Amino acid sequence: MFGLTDRSWLWIAATFYLAAFVLGTAALRRERSSTGAVYLIIAIGFLCQNAGLYIRGLAVGGCPLGNTFEIFQFTAWSAMVLYLVIGPAFRLSLLGYFTSMLAATLTAGSLAIPAWDATRRVGIFGGNAWIEFHAALALFSYGVFALLALTSIMFLLRNHSLKHKNLSGSFAFLPAIRDLDLIGLRLLGAGVVLMTAALAVGSVWWLRHPETVNLSKLLTTVAIWAAYGVVLSLRITGRLIAQRLSWACVVLFVLALLSLGPVNSSRNPLPTAGLEATP
Amino acid sequence: MSASSPTLFLLGASHRTTPLELREKLALTDEKMAAFHGRLSGLPGLREYAVLNTCNRVEFYGVAESHEAIERLQDEFCGFQGFAPEDFARIRKHVAGPDVIRHLLEVSSGLDSQILGENEIFGQVKDAYASAQQLGTVGPILNRVFQKAFQAAKHVRTETAITEGQISVANVAVDLALTIFGDLSSARVLLVGAGDIGEKTAKAFQSRGAGSLTVASRTLGRAMELATTFGATALPFEHVAVHLGQYDIVVCSTAAPHAVIRHDDVVAGMRKRPALPLFFIDLALPRDVEPTVAEFANVFLYNLDDLAKITEENRAARAAKVDHARLIISGKAEQLWRQVEPQCGGLHPAPIAPPLKPSEQV
Repeated sequence: MFGLTDRSWLWIAATFYLAAFVLGTAALRRERSSTGAVYLIIAIGFLCQNAGLYIRGLAVGGCPLGNTFEIFQFTAWSAMVLYLVIGPAFRLSLLGYFTSMLAATLTAGSLAIPAWDATRRVGIFGGNAWIEFHAALALFSYGVFALLALTSIMFLLRNHSLKHKNLSGSFAFLPAIRDLDLIGLRLLGAGVVLMTAALAVGSVWWLRHPETVNLSKLLTTVAIWAAYGVVLSLRITGRLIAQRLSWACVVLFVLALLSLGPVNSSRNPLPTAGLEATP
Repeated sequence: MSASSPTLFLLGASHRTTPLELREKLALTDEKMAAFHGRLSGLPGLREYAVLNTCNRVEFYGVAESHEAIERLQDEFCGFQGFAPEDFARIRKHVAGPDVIRHLLEVSSGLDSQILGENEIFGQVKDAYASAQQLGTVGPILNRVFQKAFQAAKHVRTETAITEGQISVANVAVDLALTIFGDLSSARVLLVGAGDIGEKTAKAFQSRGAGSLTVASRTLGRAMELATTFGATALPFEHVAVHLGQYDIVVCSTAAPHAVIRHDDVVAGMRKRPALPLFFIDLALPRDVEPTVAEFANVFLYNLDDLAKITEENRAARAAKVDHARLIISGKAEQLWRQVEPQCGGLHPAPIAPPLKPSEQV
C-alpha cells in the first residue's frame, strides 16, 4: 500500500498515537481540554495501523497473531476500536489521552524489540477458521480489559482528587466518578462475555484434538478468565467496589499482558518464518 | 480628532463608586425606563444611546454632538430620579472615546463586575443593546461598538477562562456533585436542617436540575413549609438515619450541638447502596456529619471549610487571569476605536470624579 511495508505503516501509527499523547500532555499542562484533536490524531493513527495489519494479514493469510509483536499490535488495535466507538458516546474526556498512551507504548514498544517479530509461527490455526476466530476473540477481550484498566486508573485518580479535595489542574478534566464506574462495569461485563465466547469456541477444537492443547497456555488463559469472572461477580454483588475494584482491574490487566509473551513462546513448536510484508 | 465631530461617551454610576443605597435611588424600573426613554428621545444633540441598567450599574452609552448634550442628559436623568446633580457628579463615571470601548469590553467580560468573571452581565449588556435596537436609539456607531464588544467579550472568556470555577459555596457544592454523579437529573437530594446556607444550596441543586429534593427539619412544620417552597417532600427528622441509603446527596445545615449523621448510620446506609456514591455536604457549625464517614469507599464528605477553600482557590484563579484579560481587551479596544474614530472622535471627556472614600460617601 503506497509502497510501504506493514512495519512502516505500524511505525506511522505508533507515531500518531505518540503525537496524540504528547498533545494531550501539553494541553493538560496548559489546563486545556484537547479531546477533539486527540480523537482526530488517534483516528488517523488507527487507519495507519489498519493498513499495517491488513498487509501483514494478507502476507500470512489470516489474522496476524503469530508472534508477540503481532499480539501486542492486535491488543492495541482492539483497545483503539473500542475507544473510537465508546469515547464519543460516553464523552469520557481524558480517555483518549490515556488510550493513546497505552497504544503508543504497546505499538512502539513491540516495534522497538525486533526479536519479537524476527520469526513468526506459521499454521498456528491449523487451517481452522474457528481456532483463528477463538484467538481473535480472546485478544479482542484483552483490548476490552486494556480499556478497563485505563478507566480504572482514571477512577483511581478521580477518587483520589475527591477524597483529598484537590479538584483543580488536570483533575478538572477527569470524568465523573459515577460515569467511570458505569463504563468500567460495562467493559468488565463485555470483556468477560468475549473471553467466555473465545474459550467456548476454542474448547470445541481442544476437545476434538486434545493432543494439540498446550496445558500452560490453557491454564493461564482459564486463570485470567476466572479471575475476571470473579471480579465481575464481586462487583455485581457489591463486595468489590470503588478503588479496590479499580486496583484489581489494573493488576489483572498487567498480569494478563505479562502472561502473553510466555504463553505465546510456550506453544508447541511449529514451523517459523521471518517476515516483513509488503503489499 | 476634530472638535466638530460627535463624541462617543459613557455616563453613569456603578458599584465601583456608588454605595448600594444610592444605586437603589438611581436604578430604573421597567416602567421608569420606558418613561425615561420618552424624555430622551427629543434631547437635542443626543444622536445615539443605550442604557445598561442592572443592580450594580446604571450606564448610558451614547454618541453626542457636544458636551452640552451630555450635561443635558445628566440633568434630565437626575431630575427624573430626584437626585441632586452635584451628588451625581461626585459618583459618576464619565469617559469618552477609546475609554468607552475599553469599559464596555470590561463590563461585558465580567471584569468590572462585583463578582469577578460572573456570566450574567454578558446577557444584561445584550438585553440593553436589544432594547435600544427595538426603540431605535442606536445607530451606526453604537451598533458597531456593541456588536464588536460582544465578539471581544466572548473571545476574552474563551481565551482566559475567567468565568470558570464557581465562587459561591452553593454552586461549588453543585459542581462537586457533578464531578461525582455526572448528571444530576436522577440525583436524590436530602436537605437536613433549615439553615439559610443549606436552603441556598438546595436551591442551587434544584436550579441545576437535581432529580428530587426532600427536606428534613427538627420541626416537621418547618420542613413542610420549606418543602412547599421548593416543591419538595418533607421527611420527619427522626427518619433521616433510617432512610439515608435512599439519597445520593445529603446537605446538612442544622443548629444541633452534636453530629446528626453518625458513623453507624452511614454504615447501614451504604449497605443498601455499596456501589453508589453518597455525597455529604456539611454546612453546619458544629459539624453535623461525623468526619470518620469520609473513610468509607464511595462516601465523599465536604464541610464548610473545604467548600470555602475551593471557593477561594477559584476566586484567586479568576483574579490571576485579569491581567491577561485586560491585555486582550486593550488590543481589541484599540482596534475597534480605530474603526469608529473617524465618525466619533470629537470631544475630550469632562474631568472624571475620583472614587469616593467611605467618609466622603453621600
